[in-house]
This record gives sequence, C-alpha cells and structure tokens, in this order.
Amino acid sequence: MWEQILEDAPRFFGPWNLLFLGEALVNTLLLSYLGAAMGFAIGFGLAIGRHPRLYGVLPLRIAATAYVEIFRRIPFLVKLMCVFFAFQLSGAQASLFTIALVTVVLSAAAFAAEIARAGIESVPAPQWDAAEAMNFSRWRVLTRVVAPQSWRVALPPLFGYAVGFIKSTSIASQIGVMELTYAAKILNTRGFSAALCFGTILIVYFLICWPTKRLGEKLEARLGHRAKA
Amino acid sequence: MSYGGKVDVLRDVSLDVERGEVVGLIGPSGSGKSTILRTLVGLMKPRAGRVSVEGATVDYSSRGSLRVARDRFAIVFQQYNLFQNMTALRNVAIAPTLVKKRDRAQVDAEARALLARVGLAEKVNAYPDELSGGQQQRVAIARALALKPDILLLDEVTAALDPELVGEVLDTIRALQRDGMTMLIVSHEMGFIREVASRVAFLDQGSVVEVGPPAEIFDAPKSPRLRDFTSRILRH
Repeated sequence: MWEQILEDAPRFFGPWNLLFLGEALVNTLLLSYLGAAMGFAIGFGLAIGRHPRLYGVLPLRIAATAYVEIFRRIPFLVKLMCVFFAFQLSGAQASLFTIALVTVVLSAAAFAAEIARAGIESVPAPQWDAAEAMNFSRWRVLTRVVAPQSWRVALPPLFGYAVGFIKSTSIASQIGVMELTYAAKILNTRGFSAALCFGTILIVYFLICWPTKRLGEKLEARLGHRAKA
Repeated sequence: MSYGGKVDVLRDVSLDVERGEVVGLIGPSGSGKSTILRTLVGLMKPRAGRVSVEGATVDYSSRGSLRVARDRFAIVFQQYNLFQNMTALRNVAIAPTLVKKRDRAQVDAEARALLARVGLAEKVNAYPDELSGGQQQRVAIARALALKPDILLLDEVTAALDPELVGEVLDTIRALQRDGMTMLIVSHEMGFIREVASRVAFLDQGSVVEVGPPAEIFDAPKSPRLRDFTSRILRH
C-alpha cells in the first residue's frame, strides 16, 4: 500500500487536484462555520422565545419546544433528505449546497437552543429578581445580566457541537454536495488509492476541528476569567 | 392581598407608613413578611388589594404601570443579589444610566459618593465575589439608594451574614434612618428593630396581627400570638 501511495502522491497532489480539494474545503468550511453561526443565532432566539421570564408567551413556547425536541432527535442524514424533498416538493430552485446549508442551520439551531436554555437557567433567579425590581426591561435583563453570565456555561458545549457539525457536513456528500468527503470519493473513482484520498481529507478534517476546539477552550478560559475576576 | 394557587399567602394586611418613618416587620418564618416587600416591587402579583403612595394608587396590573410602581420602591435582598458580572460601581450605576437614562458621568460620580457613604470608597472596582458578605450587602444598599426610591425595602438584609459582619450593615441602615429615609424593614434582629423602627408590625399567617411602637409590641403585646412570639424570642 505504501508503495502505491508514494507512487500516486506526486500526481495526486498536482495543481488540478489541489484546486479541486481547495474548493471542497471552502464548501466544508462554509457549511460548518456559516451553518453553525446562523444556526446558533437562531437557537439563541429560540431559547429566548421559550423562557417564561423573557419572551416565552405560550404559543411561542410550544412551537419552539416542539421544534427543538423534534430536530434534536432526527439523524442528520434524515434531516438532509427531508430538506431535499421539501425543496423538490415546493418547486423552489435551490443548489445542493443551499440544501445542505439549510439542514446544518436547522440542526444547529435545535442543539444551540438547548445549550442556550441551559446557559440561561444557570443564572440564579435572584439575579433576575434584582434586575426586574430595578425596572430593567426584559431585553436588558437578558443582555446586561443573564447573557453575560450564561456564556461560561454555554460556550464549551457550543464549540463541542461546532466540531460535531464540521463532521456532519461530510454527510452532505450523500446528496452530492461538493465538499471534502465527496471530493475524496470522486478522486477515488478517478483511480487514486482510497488510502490516499481519504487519508488526505482525514488530515484536513483534523486540521479544521482541532483549532476550533482550541478556540473554544481559549474563549472559555478568557470569559471564565473575566466573569470571575 | 392574595395569590393564585392554593394558599392565600397574604390577607388582611393593612399598613400605613409615614414619610421618613421606619417600620419594622416581624413575625415567624412564613408569615408573609418578605412576600409583602416582594409584592411592593412587583416581583409577585397581588390578586386583590390596594397599594398607594402619596395618595396615588400603585397599579401592578400591566408591564407599563409596573414600571411606575417600581420607581417608587427599591429593595435590598437577603442574599444581596449583586450582578456577578459587574463591579461594585457598575452595580450601583447601571440602573440610573440604563433605565433612567441619566448622564453617565454624573451617575458615576453619585455612585462613587454612595459607595463612599456605605464605607466602600476603595472597593468601587471590585467584583462581588471579591467582597465579603457585609461589603456586598452595603453595595446592594448603595445600589438601592441610587434609584432614589420613595421607600427603601430591606428584606432580612443581615440574615445571610456572618455574625461579625452584621454590625457594619446595621450601622449603614442607622445612618439612613438619621437621614430621614423611609424604610420598611423585615428583620429577625429584634434589638435593632426596636432601636430604629418608629413602629413595628407583627405578622402571622399572612395577616398583620398587631401594629404599634416598639415598646408596646415588645414589652406589652396585646394579642396572644404576639405574646407567644416575643416570649420565644426573648428566651434566646
């Protein structure tokens, strides 16, 4: 196997293939980071809409809770197919990339909503009492008192899930989205050894995930320090 | 006043407080002392009853009217409840700048003066977890004063403190009384209530059982329930 890899390597890492993989890498990064960022923003909104002391009016709470509970329990591939067929049924023109991005966003929103809820609930009720008794609006209770104290609890799992979503995007290869895993498959069918193709993207995935995890740890340490100091 | 749910926490509570007066609320645990204070600042919603300040009825029914109600009162909690993510100075200055939209420099100057008044001039930039319980409680008092309330509500403000820290907080409250601050004080420090309060109300099972000057309440209780309460307290 090693001989074959060494023989293939110069051809495999030729300019065309590198461009091809580079494009796939950009798509994986966009799907992961853009998807997670948008999803986390929506998830934060869902958490606010579920909280009785914030904007949690009953219909909103029921809708948000149903969404969160359902979307956390469906496997990513099934969600991907649902979104795919939903787009087909509606007749809307959407690229495969868009379909994958929407799936990541929907998925990330549900998980982030749960994490944000845990973060919000980690702030003791007396902190709310004090702010409300001083006439803080709900928005200010949230932005000045609750959110700054929630980050410490919410941040580590958020980054954990972000790493998870980077890995989930590989499933988008199932509908033919040109991301890293799909690119590896294509190169493999073009005759390059599977070890070389998938070995390469394995390293690339690691190089994306590891700094993401480190960034999470750094932010955690910094926020933790500031909230305490 | 009563609340939704199975039990009426408060009923037959009638109490007048004069401007500049200090009224003590005493009574056994669960008698509704803290509930009265929490109701006044709108943290609990009364089902019936009326609160009025200077002749104007305070309306707790909507968010808008609640804001007006909360402008009248400021509360200091047993557990201080300082915002953990803010320095002492920000804790004191945040509501006047953010909620009352006052000039930040002016508010900061006032906040520093208030912190100096409670003896914490050097601690303006300390975070709550860097302060002792007594210091935190004094910051909380300064924070309440920064709201310029008509009436200051003190909810067992020394109950969570180590015994050696109680004195500093009580001194702060004594100073407020001398300055003519109107206060409603819930406390188990009977000696202190007797000293600062002009009148004392005894609550039991959600009702005001007896109101009177401290000497009457403590030395010549009329109702059997109050007699029972004071005798139990005097025993320890």
